[in-house]
Amino acid sequence: MADDSIAHLLRRAGFGASSDDLAIYGSMSYNAAVDRLLNYDAIPDDVDAKIGQAGFVGTTSNGAFSPNTVINDARQRWLFRMVHSNRPLQEKMTLFWHNYFATGYNKVASVGQQDGARLMVAKPGEDPKGQKGQIEMLRDNALGSLNDLLNRIATDPAMLIWLDGNTNTKQNPQENFGRELMELFSRGVGFYTEQDVYAAARVFTGWNLRIDRGTGDGNNAYSFVYNANNHETAAKTFSFPVYSDGGTTIPSRSASAGMQDGLDLINALAMHPETARRVATRLYEFFVSETAPAPAAFINQLALIYLQNGSNIKPVVQTILRSSQFTDPSIYFTRYSWPVEYVVRSIKETGWTGFSVSTALTPLVNMGQQLFEPPDVAGWDLGQLWFSTGKMLSRMNFASTLASNQKFRLATAAAGAKGSAQALLNFMLAKMTPADVNGIYADLLAYAGTGTWTGSDAQMQARASGLAHVILGSAEYQFV
Amino acid sequence: MITRRQFVKNGVAAFTVSFAAPAFLSDLAKAQGASSRNLVVLALAGGNDGLSTLVPYTDAFYYSRRPTLAIPAGTVLQIGSDSSGKALGLHPRLTGLRDVFNAGRLAFIQRVGYQNSSRSHFTGTDIWSVGTPPSSQGSGWLGRYLSTLGPLDPLAAWTTTGDTPHSMLASGVGVAAISSISNFAFASPNSGAEATLERTTASAIASHVPVSVPHLSFVASTVQGAMQTLDRVATVGTYNPSVTYPNTGFGQALRMVAGAMSKGIGTKVFFVQTGGFDTHAAQDTTGANGSYFRLMASLDDGLAAFYNDLRNSGLINNTLVLSFSEFGRRITENGSRGTDHGAASIMMAMGGGVRGGIYGTAASLNPDPSNATLENSGNDVKFENDFRSAYARVIDNWLGGDSVGILGGNFKAASLNFV
Repeated sequence: MADDSIAHLLRRAGFGASSDDLAIYGSMSYNAAVDRLLNYDAIPDDVDAKIGQAGFVGTTSNGAFSPNTVINDARQRWLFRMVHSNRPLQEKMTLFWHNYFATGYNKVASVGQQDGARLMVAKPGEDPKGQKGQIEMLRDNALGSLNDLLNRIATDPAMLIWLDGNTNTKQNPQENFGRELMELFSRGVGFYTEQDVYAAARVFTGWNLRIDRGTGDGNNAYSFVYNANNHETAAKTFSFPVYSDGGTTIPSRSASAGMQDGLDLINALAMHPETARRVATRLYEFFVSETAPAPAAFINQLALIYLQNGSNIKPVVQTILRSSQFTDPSIYFTRYSWPVEYVVRSIKETGWTGFSVSTALTPLVNMGQQLFEPPDVAGWDLGQLWFSTGKMLSRMNFASTLASNQKFRLATAAAGAKGSAQALLNFMLAKMTPADVNGIYADLLAYAGTGTWTGSDAQMQARASGLAHVILGSAEYQFV
Repeated sequence: MITRRQFVKNGVAAFTVSFAAPAFLSDLAKAQGASSRNLVVLALAGGNDGLSTLVPYTDAFYYSRRPTLAIPAGTVLQIGSDSSGKALGLHPRLTGLRDVFNAGRLAFIQRVGYQNSSRSHFTGTDIWSVGTPPSSQGSGWLGRYLSTLGPLDPLAAWTTTGDTPHSMLASGVGVAAISSISNFAFASPNSGAEATLERTTASAIASHVPVSVPHLSFVASTVQGAMQTLDRVATVGTYNPSVTYPNTGFGQALRMVAGAMSKGIGTKVFFVQTGGFDTHAAQDTTGANGSYFRLMASLDDGLAAFYNDLRNSGLINNTLVLSFSEFGRRITENGSRGTDHGAASIMMAMGGGVRGGIYGTAASLNPDPSNATLENSGNDVKFENDFRSAYARVIDNWLGGDSVGILGGNFKAASLNFV
């Protein structure tokens, strides 16, 4: 077992610790572990090449595995990465941004099932037109600057479809993107007016989608285009400063120069103090705590770091992970795990050989988190809202499926512990990490020791899988 | 949405006793009444374009401001006029609802909303859920109603969505979130006695609710709630409806609600949601594959099946469906042949106790800024009826509650006597 602080770090800044992860991080100092997580660029990104190889969690698809064009295969590829990537923080931040810029495949796929998947997930090196999916863009910039991310997302083909930027013209400005840019991607509710929404819509007139037709679905090329003819050139005035001199009006520009309107607005929004505090709060809730109110002094400190570093996220995350707020043992196991966190950690701790992540796809829908299909542009409802009787049963039933799949492997691995029910229980608790072992130990021991203990293969299989099921399905296991 | 999270954060402790007192559950369920009235709240998520549902087909501005989206007067389903004499018609696909209207069991309330209507999906939904505008924070109106009933059976409130809706959130109110009966079951890697043992153990672990650790206590009580209701919910799976429900998420949710009513589960308030109403682009109201046309098809097929099924069983007399949406949409269509976020919209009430008809008056769609039925410089429909007045009517006259206490003020409106 790793040091408690490192186990905590890996749950929050990663997806928990498998035996493989423990071999890497187990002997590190805390600060060295933080550095390794943060400086992931130094670690080869070779995880996708392991898909389909022995010794890793499996994938299953209808026909050839096509993670660039079939959305369910893309979901499996991402789950695979979460289980096996040597860059766990990159995957964790990608998930953060996927929730932050929440974009749903279903609407994007209005251009075609395969093209929709490509716009969400394609790796450019594996795409016939070099198309880069939104999630790849987010992954590449997972610790980059918000200013840069906002510019990329404003011109991202999937986003242009998702929030209707592709139809934003001067004749009829389209408010969808402009509104959410201010409400969800930067300042937040209460820090913009309806007039700001109308102005923002006009700012982004002409920020449209270009489609170069290929041979059909799966082969078209999509890119951002600034259509000067569709741009509204009149001045746009906001209720907040857009320029460093305090100016609130984006000046009237010629149509050909009008793209600068949007760049000015994005720059202003990214560097606004309200945005800094909002991003700091979101990151605080993601990494530290969502149940206790974020302490104002710490949020202000993070916001300052954000502003001083040109909206760069990496120093903010670094400060969080090294803070006493983060390392305080009283916050261990206090964050409600997201369904994908729960599923991935369960797999990492129970075992994956012979298990396919395709098995997790439907349970994840029932738990309330289908990747690439957030409920709306505001992302998933987090925290306590991940839990209801129905969703909790879905977690418990996924635990059953995984335990059932690993039944024989668990019994074999636990062979050295067949001497007593207690030995078996201790073996299982050395693999799995419920929040509070003391509170559930007596019940688990009573369960494991029910009847006469023989240590037979049949008994070991039943009780090892039963323990995995009950531990993974307990309230105590639902926290990171 | 942000505020909903905020509420939940602050309300953590309140949820920890949601599923107390298992020994009394069946008695509670009986006392709270398999035979008594229930309410089905229907959320049309995304902001329904009420002008395309209940069409002002004699308003010339409706046609001039919506060159591609207006529904031809000749195709609307005429249902008469409102009290101002303005003729109105249903979207042509709402033939099932037209029949319910003609049977006198469907009411439309026009121009429902509130002062300074939010154009944000999330704030708007929160405001409608909380019921004390302009606040978007705090407990939900259904939750507050439920909390007046005393100790609650864990199935007293049932949402067919995965999430507990904000409208049902309140201290001490546990909400059953059951979107599928077949998934609401306890699986096991083993069978027979071993499986039973695991179920017993899961229940035992969850029974140690650590009240000093609110988040853990909340999830443990959620597990308890699930374990205690498994067998009762399973009976809903044996329901044989008298009609065929459409094979849509919405249709199947309504089938489940009808099953719960039929099996006497004792649920007082159901929450059902159907989405897709955020029609910014290619709204297409009339094409057979048009996005709004299909929304209406799904809505009509689901509600008509539900009504007919419950009418056949007699349960319709105990049932009230009340629909809402977080806002209506902009009157003038946008360049994407869609409509942006607007203000007031319509509500629907359907059930055996409903006095059918058209309540409230239609707006004039004349863009003249002096037109008092519009707001936002003639761009959006201004509310005439406060949504709390509709809630008050339902609380007082259907559920037998006290709307003044629940809504924090007297919003009763004698003219809205739809139930």
